[in-house]
Amino acid sequence: MRCAVRTLIVALFAIIASPLFAQSGGELHFCLHGEPKTFNPIMVDDEASENIRYLTGGVLIRLNRQTQELEPGLATSWRVSKNGRSITFQIRKGLHFSDGTAFTSDDVAYTMRTLMDPQVHSPTGDAFRSGEGAVTVLTRGPNDVTVTFPAPVSGLERLFDQVAIMSAHSPKKELAVLGPFYVSEYKAGSYIELKRNPNYWKRDTKGHPLPYLDGIRLDIQRNRDIEVLRFRRGELQLINRLDAESYQQLKRDDGGVAYDAGAGLDADHLWFNQVPGAPLPEYKKVWFRTTDFRRAVSLAINRDDICRIVFDGYAKPAYGPVSPANRFWFNSNLPAPRHDPQGALRLLTQAGFRFANNELRDREGNRVEFTLVTNSGNKVREKMAEMIQQDLSEIGIKVSIVTLDFPSLIERMTHTFDYDACLVGFVNTDLDPNGMMTVWLSSGENHQWNPSQKTPATPWEAEMDKLMREQAAAIADKERKKNFDRVQEIIYEQQPFIYLVNWDVLTAISPEVLGASPTVLSPQAFWNVEVLQLKPSSNLGARR
Amino acid sequence: MSVKRSARIIAAVILAMVTLLALGAGLVTPYSYAYQFRDLPQAAPSSAHLLGTDPLGRDLLSRLLYGTRLSLFLAPAAALLTTLIAGLLGGVAGLFGGWHERFILAIADLSMALPLLFVLIALRAMLPLDVSPLISVVATFLMLGLLGWPSSLRVVWATTRSIRESDFLLLARSSGSTSIRLILRHVFPNLRPVLLAQFWVSIPVFILAESTLSMLGLGVMEPLPSWGNLLRGLENFSAISANPWRLVPLVLLIMVVVCFQLIFPAQEDLA
Repeated sequence: MRCAVRTLIVALFAIIASPLFAQSGGELHFCLHGEPKTFNPIMVDDEASENIRYLTGGVLIRLNRQTQELEPGLATSWRVSKNGRSITFQIRKGLHFSDGTAFTSDDVAYTMRTLMDPQVHSPTGDAFRSGEGAVTVLTRGPNDVTVTFPAPVSGLERLFDQVAIMSAHSPKKELAVLGPFYVSEYKAGSYIELKRNPNYWKRDTKGHPLPYLDGIRLDIQRNRDIEVLRFRRGELQLINRLDAESYQQLKRDDGGVAYDAGAGLDADHLWFNQVPGAPLPEYKKVWFRTTDFRRAVSLAINRDDICRIVFDGYAKPAYGPVSPANRFWFNSNLPAPRHDPQGALRLLTQAGFRFANNELRDREGNRVEFTLVTNSGNKVREKMAEMIQQDLSEIGIKVSIVTLDFPSLIERMTHTFDYDACLVGFVNTDLDPNGMMTVWLSSGENHQWNPSQKTPATPWEAEMDKLMREQAAAIADKERKKNFDRVQEIIYEQQPFIYLVNWDVLTAISPEVLGASPTVLSPQAFWNVEVLQLKPSSNLGARR
Repeated sequence: MSVKRSARIIAAVILAMVTLLALGAGLVTPYSYAYQFRDLPQAAPSSAHLLGTDPLGRDLLSRLLYGTRLSLFLAPAAALLTTLIAGLLGGVAGLFGGWHERFILAIADLSMALPLLFVLIALRAMLPLDVSPLISVVATFLMLGLLGWPSSLRVVWATTRSIRESDFLLLARSSGSTSIRLILRHVFPNLRPVLLAQFWVSIPVFILAESTLSMLGLGVMEPLPSWGNLLRGLENFSAISANPWRLVPLVLLIMVVVCFQLIFPAQEDLA
């Protein structure tokens, strides 16, 4: 009788628990678009390595990709000092690395010292370098640690989202991790196998250990067409970024597997060469330095048409350097981009240009024409250039398009400055304006229209320098935002970069994957990888 | 009339028709090849746009006809240039032998070893940016012509060498013919079939080479159309299955290449 009751209890437990276990497990398959250069989290400098770091690394503070708010990670709480130089963390107790080594404040200290070691040249560490001097790390017991920098670091907490804590004592070094997965196998050029970290600290709301997945297989696949083909064949369950063409194709043929998360952070823009020593005729330099000329060009471009035709509607006209997707830093007072060829002609007339017989001429009678360079092989950018060509022909400007291979383009942009105007895009991964210091400071190498200036060439560039430095030195986000809002206004008024579109973030996620909720921030499709699950019927993933 | 001859006549008629249509593009279609009808991107064929429009809304028939004009006239020009260079250098190497032969063949081998695509990319990068699209297209074909001679040279050299060692040339020499007379009366007439064959064969090669360059974004500059940049529209397979009329440029290219192959006279016919 007792045996029968026991059997009944076991059977009942199995019935109740089966849906829970059926939802867990399985292996998710997707692609990386390049070989990761490193598995060392503090040396990450490429997208593939960054994805591995995200999937394997445990961080003290995590930026929630959906809410764009900071959340506790390995630290239960943190406090930034009033002078903005120090941050103190209370870290979780009783955690272990994937290899079983205990996690303590010593590991945080070790990670920070390695990160800030000038000999290591950590790209992640560069963001923390605020001034001359050493970084000190003070541990007050196994769960309390304070990091002090030589000078205030603005947006300090956010930077810790990129710092994966390494073990000070594990013999496995950086392969001992605190994130949801660990690297179990790597075949160069072929794949990376990640396994569930049995010591991962997080649990779901019902107290079940995370992540749900048993593992992830990341195939290294550079060819995006093959990636789409494999997805359609069911060999992959996720594509992190899709182009508009593939998105439409998947949406049309495979129903609900393609997602549009809205306009992302990335933008395409064009600029005119304003380098004083550029090998261009003097009259062209005068046009390019004229604010009204640049504003007129901006007004004449029909961004709505570009979004509709080139991106099949999966892009939004760009307001400026910050996309509306960047909720905190976007200046919502900026006027929406307009298409106004008549307004453009009025501005040009004010600036001394003459429009007659469909030709625009300057004061000296020179026909206004320029060459727009872009990188060859990028169909989207080539189409944009062709549309700009027609838009500008309506205000009498003749545009020739030249596509160059990327190294030649970079050579002209950064060394010879032998070009009139350039059309490229910036991929933004950082929400904070400090990530764009080299773009907006007149001394910056990426201040593309006139890089590496000894002193600001114009009063508005001098004002931008001042505002960018002030926002970088300020501690309070409100004050920083005020300064950066003004920077955005200056860029809007002066149009040194003529922003065109923000591309939508398009992803593809198989219906076999449960819990997906793509966002505009990287990694778009798998930012919540801990809670992703595969349906039990999944052809690939649920197979154990 | 033999089948071969009939096929040749049909091919010639087709080529003549294509040439006439290309020359009279302005009469056949009222639209500019560059104008974007932005409300009609990727439109299906209609009475207004007989072949529909491309993804930017440009009339495909206009682009096809103007593109044909460029590709069909510049490819033979590049082929002529290649054949002339190959004929001159191959003739000198084959006829005079010695260090001339060694030097020219070494240059030809070296040129053949160069990756043509990368040479073209480098040359394009060195060109000034402010050249007009027409000059750019001429430059593209000129580069193809200047770089395409080594394979033809090998054929011309081998033929000239066999002529040099032939009995009739020995007889002409022994009868006191001057070098000029030897070249003009004996060598060149015997080389002519080979040179003609090389010329005809080179035309489709250059058309396809320009297509490849354009597909890589290195050929003819937009908005000027060429067969190459029209074929770029075929990269998207799903778009073609939905809009099969976009295959027309490919059909025309294949047709023209086949016609050239049919027309070019066999060596024995010319001999």
